[in-house]
Amino acid sequence: MELKYSSEETAFRDEVRAFLARELPAHLSSKVKRSQRLGKADIEEWQAILHKKGWLAPTWPKAYGGVEWTAVQRSIFEEECCAAGAPRVLPFGLNMLGPVLMKFGTDEQKAHYLPRILDGTDWWCQGYSEPGAGSDLASLKTRAVRDGDHYVVNGQKTWTTLGQYANRMFCLVRTSSEGKPQAGISFLLIDMASRGIDMRPIITLDGEHEVNEVFFNDVRVPVANLVGEENEGWTCAKFLLTHERTNIAGVGFSLEAFDHLRHIANAQKKRGRPLSEDPQFAARMARIEIDLEAMRTTNLRVMQAATSGAAPGFESSMLKIKGTEIRQAITDLTRRALGPYALPFASEALDAGHNQPPIGPDFANPVASEYFNNRKLSIFGGSNEIQKNIIARMMLGL
Amino acid sequence: MDFTHTHDRRMLADMASRLVREKYEIATRHKMAAGPGGFSREMWAQFAELGLIGALFEEKSGGFGGQGFDIAVVFEELGRGLVVEPFLANLLAGRLIAEAGSEQQCAMLEEVIGGTLLLALAHGEGAAFYDLAHVATRAQNGDEGWVLNGEKAVVLNGDSAYRLVVSARIGGDVSDEEGIALFIVDATAKGVRRRATQTVDGGRAAEVSFGGVKVDSDAVLGEPGAGFAPLERAVGLGILALSAESLGAMRMACDMTLDYLKTRKQFGVPIGAFQALQHRMVEMLMEVEQLSSAVINAAGHLDDPRAVREWHISAAKNLAGRAGRLIAEESIQMHGGIGMTWEYALPHFAKRIVMIDHLFGDEDHHLERAGLLARMRHP
Repeated sequence: MELKYSSEETAFRDEVRAFLARELPAHLSSKVKRSQRLGKADIEEWQAILHKKGWLAPTWPKAYGGVEWTAVQRSIFEEECCAAGAPRVLPFGLNMLGPVLMKFGTDEQKAHYLPRILDGTDWWCQGYSEPGAGSDLASLKTRAVRDGDHYVVNGQKTWTTLGQYANRMFCLVRTSSEGKPQAGISFLLIDMASRGIDMRPIITLDGEHEVNEVFFNDVRVPVANLVGEENEGWTCAKFLLTHERTNIAGVGFSLEAFDHLRHIANAQKKRGRPLSEDPQFAARMARIEIDLEAMRTTNLRVMQAATSGAAPGFESSMLKIKGTEIRQAITDLTRRALGPYALPFASEALDAGHNQPPIGPDFANPVASEYFNNRKLSIFGGSNEIQKNIIARMMLGL
Repeated sequence: MDFTHTHDRRMLADMASRLVREKYEIATRHKMAAGPGGFSREMWAQFAELGLIGALFEEKSGGFGGQGFDIAVVFEELGRGLVVEPFLANLLAGRLIAEAGSEQQCAMLEEVIGGTLLLALAHGEGAAFYDLAHVATRAQNGDEGWVLNGEKAVVLNGDSAYRLVVSARIGGDVSDEEGIALFIVDATAKGVRRRATQTVDGGRAAEVSFGGVKVDSDAVLGEPGAGFAPLERAVGLGILALSAESLGAMRMACDMTLDYLKTRKQFGVPIGAFQALQHRMVEMLMEVEQLSSAVINAAGHLDDPRAVREWHISAAKNLAGRAGRLIAEESIQMHGGIGMTWEYALPHFAKRIVMIDHLFGDEDHHLERAGLLARMRHP
């Protein structure tokens, strides 16, 4: 056991810091630090900078253009990026589809798609959830029927995050209704420019356009775009969810958000003293910080064990649950720290270049909106209740 | 950064684990707890022989380890067996002597490690309510040494100790950190009165009063008046030990509950088939993993600056309290009636887990303390 960074790890952290100081554009970090909206170009700009440096795919094998960092290096990178205000790297191609292609894809699929994920040619979105298939994902109904060298896809996907920017979708479709619901599912790659695709925005409770619903009407998809065997898509889906959850602890986000909370609680006053000194508020903060520091170590323990071969099982679901609970607790307390100034909200102030003076403290505007937005954390990626079902099934074997 | 134990430490944990598993059946444990002094002298001698007491002390004190992770792995295994032998009392008093004592005073640690000299820490008082600096017991400097007057409360294994490490005030107000002196006092010295008691979790303690107890000046431990700092360090090790012990007991309680959910049938199915119980079981398992991480953090930051070290110690104890109550109460609840019986092992684990929250600061005390220390770390 050694909780201190080794000299190599310290040197790596310094290298990451120097890189961020040099290469992270101020207009991007400024938006992130002020919780302003990031557009497609912002995200692509940052991913291109990381790709140029060769740091875009920390978990990928070197053979595919990855870095093969250790668990500790990945955690350092994540924490430093969050602290510096780097835009988040989108998980859809890198953390979700990439590993699935490496495990189940054909040589042609790997050679074609993996480089395009890295160089930004493709922006992937996820076609999993449907109006009738949320937590019960295997009940999905979008059908793909074989017609010569094509599948013909009909149905509807929903909650498609940032689908409005995507040119490709990896999608679960039903290719058979024989046997168990899981048995007739296939994993398809769909070009979003195909005829018959209609995408409509879903505006979420904070007024933002982040997710979409996607309709498929006789969309023709080449059979060559099938990943793995027909009717074996559930295996890919489960594999992908495990990878998604491994990266979902969000420790870096939480550390940064807690720092921000501390800043606000020191600036806000209650009875003439900093709010951070109020016994009740201080106790709420201390409780979150205790959970977060333990979580940070739990995350590293799991990542290190996973690197040495132990497959993320129970632990990845736990990281999802605990990680999201802590992130939600932080945004909840940050909202409470504002008092009545949680109410005023100028949506236009979330756009860069907005130069009206803020109402209330300069940190107040996005806070309540973010709190509401972050309710999604315990719902997506397999709701926290579903994660508990998964853990229970593993533990109890019932 | 590395989250695997060294080979030596894994050996230590394996040895402690095997001993507890093979020799420490719950019925045997109850028998030892009911014996004179509330523990088995034979067991204590065996623990000493196998080096488990020595594992709690550094090499310079004649031990074989004494690092945070040595303490953590040993106490986690002790927690799995609900071990009643006086490990904690001797860790607290022994490490305090190692911390503050002269070479001559430290020489007695050889006997402690050998299992022949029993120590206890007589520090807490009835009105202290976990405030470590609260000392009303007074020491007056006379011609031939010091005279002690006062009362110490719930001195763990104080009834069987041969020597007591006693805190007494020589200056300042009752809860000042300045002005605390430490003394090594023979437990049978004139004026020392001990009233032994059983504890609800199967242990032993004593109310100890000092009525004009005369001690020589070579009984003073460290710098008179500057006792708080070494006391805080030794109690910090004790809190780490208790958190790890609680972790071990919680792992046992979870194992038993998990097993029960798989085997107990009602309505024709194992009760673990019910989601209402499944999710609560998962909550328990997650909190245990969180506590495990907090114990690692506390053990790994012992050599850090005070605010960092003590923050991690308070974090571990707060989580031990929070997770402990959840697991103790839920494991009894999910066992139903059988969880209420003396004969079944589970409730004894639950009792120990909850009572650990009452030692050296409960979850509320350490939550408040973590908040104060956090503001020192991030002014």
